[in-house]
Amino acid sequence: MKRMKWLTACLSVLLVMSLLAACGSNGGNNAPAKNGGGSEQGDTGSKEKRKYAIIFKNTGNPYGEKIMDGFKTAVEELGYEAILKAPDQPTAEAQIQMIEELISQKVSVIAIAANDPDALQPALKKAMNAGIKVLSLDSAVNAASRITHVNQADPELIGRTLIQGVSEMIGGEGQIAVLSATSQATNQNTWIEWMKKELEDPKYSKIELVKVAYGDDLRDKSVSETEALLKSYPDLKGIIAPTTVGIAAAGKVLTDKGLKGKVQLTGLGLPSEMAEYIESGVSQWMYLWNPIDVGYLSGYAADALVSGAITGAAGDKFTAGTLGEKEVTADGDGTQIMLGAPFKFDASNIAEWKSVY
Amino acid sequence: MEMRLIEGKKAFTWKGFFLQWEWMLVAIFIGINLMNMNLSEYYWDYNSLRDATMSFLDKAFIVLPMVFIIILGDIDISVASIVALSSVIMADLYNMGVPMPLAMIICLAVGAVCGLINGLLVVKFKELSAVIVTLTTMIIYRGIAYIILKDQASGGFPDWFSFFGWGYVGGIPFILIVFTVFALLFGLLLHKTVFGRSVYAMGNNITAARFSGIQTDRVKVIVFMLAGLMAAVTAIFLTSRMGSTRPNIANSYELDVIAMVVLGGISTAGGKGRMIGAIIAIFLIGFLRHGLGLVNVKAQVLMIIIGLLLVFAVMIPKLKRNKAVNKGS
Repeated sequence: MKRMKWLTACLSVLLVMSLLAACGSNGGNNAPAKNGGGSEQGDTGSKEKRKYAIIFKNTGNPYGEKIMDGFKTAVEELGYEAILKAPDQPTAEAQIQMIEELISQKVSVIAIAANDPDALQPALKKAMNAGIKVLSLDSAVNAASRITHVNQADPELIGRTLIQGVSEMIGGEGQIAVLSATSQATNQNTWIEWMKKELEDPKYSKIELVKVAYGDDLRDKSVSETEALLKSYPDLKGIIAPTTVGIAAAGKVLTDKGLKGKVQLTGLGLPSEMAEYIESGVSQWMYLWNPIDVGYLSGYAADALVSGAITGAAGDKFTAGTLGEKEVTADGDGTQIMLGAPFKFDASNIAEWKSVY
Repeated sequence: MEMRLIEGKKAFTWKGFFLQWEWMLVAIFIGINLMNMNLSEYYWDYNSLRDATMSFLDKAFIVLPMVFIIILGDIDISVASIVALSSVIMADLYNMGVPMPLAMIICLAVGAVCGLINGLLVVKFKELSAVIVTLTTMIIYRGIAYIILKDQASGGFPDWFSFFGWGYVGGIPFILIVFTVFALLFGLLLHKTVFGRSVYAMGNNITAARFSGIQTDRVKVIVFMLAGLMAAVTAIFLTSRMGSTRPNIANSYELDVIAMVVLGGISTAGGKGRMIGAIIAIFLIGFLRHGLGLVNVKAQVLMIIIGLLLVFAVMIPKLKRNKAVNKGS
């Protein structure tokens, strides 16, 4: 009887192990094929594929998937291996762990969209000390934790454009609210700062920003935050959601509650997710840049850093594949590479973009 | 009613010794290490393994008292909120001008008080299960953390504070040393003291324990208070590692902690299990995550794998018991 138990136990362990191994090799599809052989590796030593890694904020974010796709395209065009990672929760804790894992894997580059501008500093500094080139994209880390930052669009332009847009929609007066991502998301916070600066202009004296709500880039939380906004401010005229998860959630709530035309919606959204709301008129128009290009540009910027074509200092220039020549510019204490101006999506052009991303 | 035996009272046999769940964990642990070594050429590296412990040991401090709570047949799901609240209070006090060492002591005190409140509520409202009681305090503690920091981050700690999360003593991570000390203390407390034996007795049959003269309420309150205190220890190490804190810090840590305890062979029915099991489980899950992280397994797949391990952990003792019953009839 005892022997039977042992057998069962051992078999179960074996089963779990094989399952784990299967999962492992599935997930590690993008790992090099020649994983095991030590001697083989010795021969190819110097020619071994460089590994360029990207860490996004969290999984299940279509915008992030597009960025990672773009990054992968660029890295594969260059002939290297791309590692795409994202934690299941949008936390800095999880990203620190991933940075440690990438340091152990001896990657050449870590490109990161940060969940917190400061909390990653010790981990990223450790990476840079290990000779890894670190750049941030989308959501920046502080200047001490990176070599350079890839900025999707001028934050000032984004903030000001969003206020101009919502002002036009609501006819220049009434209460507006912002539905943001997490309260620490660097890019959203910068845009909101610029929105507030734009609102100081006397021509917006009749517009009141009543609240900045945080949906944490989670679908359900964004929905409940939108519902709370509508409940707390019955006279609300417009919502600005400078995050793709938030704007789609708000679009859904406004549609379900039949508030089309009563509460205006604009912000930054993915055409594929927002097409139905733009076509129905719940959101007359919105803005975005191409997230694929953000990832693509980061891939080329990463390679320029590794090859030594740029050092990340202001004034450096490099060619970013199909995007053409890009320049590194100063940004506060650090430097950045700018993709371009935000692009406007409305009923006239949404149809052609919704299938793209 | 099902009859339960207090573990350790059975006659010692070598067969019985090696049939214990802890040996199964050791086997799985070795299996996972072999698997990881096959998966990634970077796994078997001293520095990499050493630094991996720094990533997962923060929550391990809470596992130690959680073993006591689960042996009691209770559960505490508010621990992650206690981490958040004590961390946020520490950061806020420091930024208001309180010296950092004092802020850290207050952090520990806040944790202990939160745990004390949990314990008192659990023994005062016996008709409510500990899940419900700690569910309410879980919401309340994190709510207070949000009120204090208003959804913002707080940081800017002195440089020496980063030592807790990132420092080494003689090449060994500081957090690993502190954890070893606490693990020994809690292990001794559970297995070598009257207090520990009371915990087992209460987990097996609380009424019998009370009639045999154990001050059951006092034991429970102390155990919950220890959980709060250790949550504050986690808060210090985690905050140091992050360099800043936020009200949503340590989100869903309670689930990780409970998972480690259950995988460690501590029965949620109470009265069974040993500290060493939970400690092996901490390293088992930690190294499993690290190894799969090295081959960039997707985050969701990782969750499924750990879920499967847990199902396995819960299932095996049950299978054993069924077999024993069949044999008896």
